[in-house]
Parts: sequence; C-alpha cells; structure tokens
Amino acid sequence: MQALLCYNSAIYAPAFTFGGYYMGETNAIELRNVTKRFGSKVVANDHVSLTLRQGEILSILGENGSGKTTLMNMLSGIYYPDEGHILVNGKEVTIRSPKDAFALKIGMVHQHFKLIPIFTAAENIILGLEGEGRLNMKKVEADVKHLVDRYGFQLDPAEKVYAMSVSQKQTVEIIKVLYRGADILILDEPTAVLTPQETEKLFDVLRNMREDGKSIIIITHKLNEVLEISDRVSVLRKGKYIGTVETAKASVESLTEMMVGQKVDLDIHRTEPTGEKDRLVLEGVSCVNAEGLRVLDNVSFTLKSGEILGIAGISGNGQKELLESIAGLQEHEGRILYLDDDGSAKDLKGMSPTEIEALGVRLAFVPEDRLGMGLVADMDLTDNVMLRSYRNGSSFTTDRKAPKELAEQIVNDLEVVTPGVGTRIVNLSGGNVQKVLVGREIAGKPKVMMAAYPVRGLDINSSYLIYNLLSRQKESGAAVICVGEDLDVLLALCDRILVLQGGRAAGIVEARTASKEELGLMMTGSGKEALHAE
Amino acid sequence: MQNKEPVFRMTKRGQISFRKIALIHFMALVLALIVCAVVIVMVTHVNPLGVYSAIYQGAVGNARRFWVTVRETVVLLLIAVGLTPAFRMRFWNVGAEGQILMGGMVSAALMIYCGEKLPGLVLIAAMLAASLLAGMVWGLIPAYFKAKYNTNETLFTLMMNYVAMQLVTFAICFWENPKGSNSVGIINKNTNYGWFPSIGGNQYLLSVILVFAVTIAVFWYLRRSKQGFEIAVVGSSQNTARYAGIDVKRVILRTMAISGAVCGLAGCVIVGGSSHTLSTSTANGRGFTAIIVAWMSGFNPLFMLLISGLLIFMQQGAIQIATQFKLNENFSDIITGIILFFLIGCEFFINYKIEFRKKGEEA
Repeated sequence: MQALLCYNSAIYAPAFTFGGYYMGETNAIELRNVTKRFGSKVVANDHVSLTLRQGEILSILGENGSGKTTLMNMLSGIYYPDEGHILVNGKEVTIRSPKDAFALKIGMVHQHFKLIPIFTAAENIILGLEGEGRLNMKKVEADVKHLVDRYGFQLDPAEKVYAMSVSQKQTVEIIKVLYRGADILILDEPTAVLTPQETEKLFDVLRNMREDGKSIIIITHKLNEVLEISDRVSVLRKGKYIGTVETAKASVESLTEMMVGQKVDLDIHRTEPTGEKDRLVLEGVSCVNAEGLRVLDNVSFTLKSGEILGIAGISGNGQKELLESIAGLQEHEGRILYLDDDGSAKDLKGMSPTEIEALGVRLAFVPEDRLGMGLVADMDLTDNVMLRSYRNGSSFTTDRKAPKELAEQIVNDLEVVTPGVGTRIVNLSGGNVQKVLVGREIAGKPKVMMAAYPVRGLDINSSYLIYNLLSRQKESGAAVICVGEDLDVLLALCDRILVLQGGRAAGIVEARTASKEELGLMMTGSGKEALHAE
Repeated sequence: MQNKEPVFRMTKRGQISFRKIALIHFMALVLALIVCAVVIVMVTHVNPLGVYSAIYQGAVGNARRFWVTVRETVVLLLIAVGLTPAFRMRFWNVGAEGQILMGGMVSAALMIYCGEKLPGLVLIAAMLAASLLAGMVWGLIPAYFKAKYNTNETLFTLMMNYVAMQLVTFAICFWENPKGSNSVGIINKNTNYGWFPSIGGNQYLLSVILVFAVTIAVFWYLRRSKQGFEIAVVGSSQNTARYAGIDVKRVILRTMAISGAVCGLAGCVIVGGSSHTLSTSTANGRGFTAIIVAWMSGFNPLFMLLISGLLIFMQQGAIQIATQFKLNENFSDIITGIILFFLIGCEFFINYKIEFRKKGEEA
C-alpha cells in the first residue's frame, strides 16, 4: 500500500518542475499500445502508438471511423482505454476524467461547440472554473484579451456568443482551453465549419501558438490542410496506427494511399454538359422559419438538364430550405416551375411530394439528414428501398418482392457492405448508408436529382463513387443539384456553382473558371454584388 | 487511490445471441423468486415455498381457476394488442382505460335496452360493433387534437380516462339495479341476454377465440399492410414520413382509431364475456398494466401472451394467498413488483456488460 501511494504521488508530481527541464527533449504525449473497444466486435483503436513532440503541430489523419476522435477522447478523459499506456511529458499518467486532463494541461476543442449563447465570450471561458470568491469580470476580460492579442485571434471578450460567427465561436472554444493553462491542444476537425479565409486565419494562430511552445494535435481528413499546417502526420486506418511521416516528405497521393491502403484515383471525371434544356425555374423563392426569420430570401435561378449545379455556402445559409422547397417539404413564397421535355410547364408550388410524383415529375432527393429523413434507421434495406415506392399498386398489403430485388441490385452495383438486405440500416457504416440512399433515389431514373452534402462523413472510395454516380446522372440527362462543403470538390465536379449567403443567392459562377478564394469571398458576403438582388 | 482505473465500468454490447437473452431473463426470474422468498420470510414468517405453491394453486389449481386465469389473460392481451399500433407510431396512448370503459358502457347499454328486442347472436354482434365504435371515438378525440394542434397526447388520453369514468358513473345512475344500490348489478341475470354464449360447454372460449383472431389480424395489419408500414415509418421519424410522401396527420388519426377500437372491444369482452356488469372499475387498471405488457414484450405477440399470463397468474394466485395465509391481497403486488423489477432491470444486462478492473494491472 505504501509503495502504491508513493508511485501515485510520483505521477502527480507537478509537470512544471520537470517539464521545464525536459522541454524539447521528451515527448509532450506518448501513446503506447492504446486499445479501445466498443462491444465485442468494434475495435475503435487497436494497439495505437504515437507521439506528439513538444512544440510541434501533429496532424492525425484518417477516414471517418478510423478512430481519430476516439483516440483523442482518451487523452481528454472522456473515454478510458481498455489497454495501453499514456505518457505525458515522459511520465506515465492515468486520465479518468476531463478534470484529470486539464490537470495535465491537455485541452481539447471539440468539433461541436459547447457554449452558452446568452453568455459573453469571457463568461463562457470561465464557466466551470472556481476562481476567487468574488468574480471580477473586468479582470477576466483583460486576461482573455491578453490571450487574444498574444496569439493573434480576433475576439471581443464582452461579446455575446449568439451574436458571433462560427469562427468566432471556435475562437472562444480555443481560448477556453488556453485560459485553463493548456500546453497541449487537441483540435477535432477545426476547419470543417470554416471558409477558406477563416481557415487561413486559424492556421496563422496555430503557428503563433507553436512558436510559443505549445504542442498541438489537429484531427482532420482534409489533405491540403494537413500539408499546409503540420510538421508531422500520423495516419490511422480502421483503428490501426499506420505510420507517421514528416509533412515535408509527404504528398496528397502518398497520404491518401496510407489512409486508404491502396492507390486511389483522385480525379473527378467531368464531361461538358450536352443537350441542355431548362428543367427547373425558380423565381423569387423565399422561406420563413419558425422564429420568423427569412432563411431563404428571394432566390431565383434556372436549372438545366444535363448539368450539375453546385450550391456553396456556409452551412445553414438556406441550403436545406431551398432543396426542401423544391421537394415539396417546405412552405415557401415565389414560383417553382418544372419544364417537361415537351416544354410544358408544371407549377410545383404548394405541392406535396406525392402530388409532385403524381404529376409525373421524377424528382430524386438525397437529404442532408440521411437517417432522420432519407431513411428509416431501424428498418432493413428492403423496407428502406420500398420507402418511396411502397404505395404502388392497389393491393392493401405491401409487396416486398420487387423492393428486395432492387435492394439486392443496389448492394451488388454499389458494393454495399452488409450481411444481407435484411440488415437494419442503423447497423451499416456511414458510407454504406449513403450508398443505399443514393442507390434508391437513382433507381427512379430521376429528371431532377438533388443531393445535400452527399459525401459528408464518407470514406474516400465511397465519396468518389458518389461523385461518379452524380456525374453519370448528369450524363444521362438529369438536372443535378449538389450542395457541398468542400469547395475543391465542387469546383471539380460541378458545371456551375450557386453561392448562398444569408439565404440570398450571392451569385452563380462557372465552375471551370472560378477560384476557391472567389467562392469564399461570396460565401462571407464580401464578394461581388448579388445577381438577383432587387 | 484516485489514480487507479475504476473498479468496474459499463461497456455496450455488440450483438447478443438469443440463447443469452433467454438465459439472462431466466436468471432474472430465479433471482426475483429468491429475493421474494427473503421478503416473504422477513415480513410474514411463512414458508415461501408454501406461498409459491398457493399462488400456483390459486391460479391454475383446478379447471375453473385455470379458465378464469385464461379469461383474464386474454383480456389483458387484447388491450396490449390494442395499444400496440399506437405505440408503434410512438403515440403514447395511456387512455386505454377510458377506451375500455366506453366500450364496456355501450355494451352494457345494448344489453339493458335491446336485450329482449334482438336475437342472441345479433345482439352480441351489435355489442361488438358498438364497442369498437365507442373505443374508436374515444381514441380519435386526442388523435385529432394531436394531428391538428400538436397537443400532448399523454396528458390528453390520460384525462380522457377520467371523462369516461364520469360518464360511466352517470350511466350507472340510470341503470341502477336494484334502485338505491348505486350499482347496475349483474345485467340480465336470469335471461343471460348479451352474455357471450358457451362453446362446447365452455363459457370463455368465445372470448379466447375472439382475442386470438384480433391479435392475428392486428399483427398481420402491422407487418404486412401498407398502412402498417406507414405506422412504422411515422413512429420512426415524422420527417422521413413526410419525405416519403406519407400524410402524417391521416396516419395518426387512422392508427388511433384502430388502437381505440380494439381497446373498446376489450370493454365488450369484459362486460359481455366475464363480469356482466358495469362499474367505474370495469377496466380496473388493466389499461395501464397493458402498457407494461406491450413494451416488455417488445411488441412480439407471443411474448405479449406470456407476459400477460405471468401477470394474471400472480394476480389470481394472490387471492389464494390472501385466504390461505390470511395475508393482505396486496402482498402479491409486492411479489409481482419484485419480479417485474428484475425482468425490466435485466434489459440493462442485455444492452451492456460490466467489466471489472483486472487485478494487478496497475501495480
């Protein structure tokens, strides 16, 4: 017992006495054979060993489901490893809670912000800290301001969170961990919600922090960013540690190969649009949400057959409402006209999805919320394939024969990994879920195909499969709308790109000639004049 | 010591075999009986085996008791079956109690007013139809407000129970027999008009056949029909339902009409098939007990039958304990409670497993 206590106190020997001395010589974090299982079958991390050197930026790269976040959650005290050892500044430690992690000066910025909107930045930052008996907000704000200036952030500590942009909220989250004295920062997919310009600013700040001696881990799956910001890259694949390389010696191709395990063709095949006809005409479409805000404001454009129209914009700028208006799921003002092959126009305003179908308009819609809207999570593949067609025929009972065959065909054609068509959707991985959804929508041979964030959360192979499916729809004459967040992909995949900003159409650009920076400026509202403004 | 790995922690299971599920349930039942035995000895100082034996005797000890247990089991089963469509739609119908009362009340009304005018089988058919209709109306009212104004169906259906109870109290004032007794007594005691007829000398067989037929029909409807498919989609996600072009409001109304109707039918089975009387306790809490039955069975009709059987078995056994050991009848509620606690609690071990700290790992 005595020995044990001594051992424990050794672990808690304050890091600063040793830390200063070993600075630059020991690793900030060292993971040795860390394993985490969920249930008996899922191994999220399988004997992962990696190191974070002091004062470096390390990228952890891996596809969705490769175990990046799980690994980092064990460092921040959210999960406890089943096996393995964690060393911080050369000392073995046990991290049982986020509190332990903070004591070790490890701070994690999660992908989803945990802020209270009606509090100011400074109030959010001190939330949960004990502090002195009497709260001196002025001093806190001054301290926060000091941190903000030191690393080159842009933030007013007295501003309320609800009035902030996404990137400002992220800044609050980062300062929150710095304020708590973190020397080791873990950032989970920090650029997912940022525009290219905001990403650049974030990277400048991260470089400043590195200069200041902080050690930083950044989790991401965007290869260009990895190459730009990090000193070294550690790659995970399916829960296993694959290796670490110096960023200077890596390329997009070599990293992809490490990530996927095989060579991947990263080109999107884009043909010139042929035989274009006007297919869908939107005139002044507006939507008001439950709070009375105009989430979609006077959007007009014409969608042509045989083209892919990309929709770019920061998430939540009217993309969802636009697609749902067209699909008949969202009340709206303005006109939506569908033009048939013979030129006859059909007004889709106020129509329900079944009424649109009854008009003979073949509309495919892959919604953003796959399991909450596109599919039924606790039903099997057959039932989900049947979801849009179960009504066919006059029989009182459902016919599962044809849907079952279609489900089997989708499984074969799109290489869906599933034990069978009787497996519930919820048991499939994200990529396979999306294949089932897209496969079903394409099976209806659509004239108009809409896809919202069709590759979000998908691995690289599945993503390219989906891009190719969309391209093939375009080639076969469908009018395709694709809402995306990766501007590089939109520029490579689409023919034209519509930018939504604050619910308004900030403009339509030719994808073959536009640049990422141009799109980024339009997304934040500082670009060229809105084309369809009154 | 704070630096050690926690002594035990929960981890979610992946897949689990059917055998393991059955084993866990069986172990839960055995544990429950052991705990019950301890409680029995501590509280009453009688031999727990004697109590168990008395429960068995009371429930199925002779042919009459056996058939009463069967009769009560199928009634409970019928109510659980009636609740199932609503629950599959994630519509929290806690108003079965009221729906049963309404079904029972119109059945009693027909027995009293039309007993002499209608031929036997026509009368029974009319009672069945009327009870279906009455239950349907009682189910439709909260469904309408849910569909139209998105009211909270739990509160609404619950309060409809009290309205139904007051209506029954009001009806009893008219149908008092004998006058001043404040009860309707046994309706058509001498003529047996409207009583479910015996089949092959067994007066409860008709109820059993009826309940099994309805059970099969409801589960066929839920699993094979397009409407049943719609119910499942609406229950899973209203957004998905809208996306698939399903008229959510219509499905809510239609499903609650069915749910209410079947519960109303249970009222007829109670009044016409067993009690032959009407009181505010005609439903006797079975509208709530059936909620437990429906959820515990995971909406599997076979499990529904088994769980109904178990609960009624304990209830009937309680009467025997009360007389034989001079214990309060409520004592069996304690036993039932302990058994349910273990059966419901064991679900946790089906979803999770406990991992203990490996010895010596940290040292």
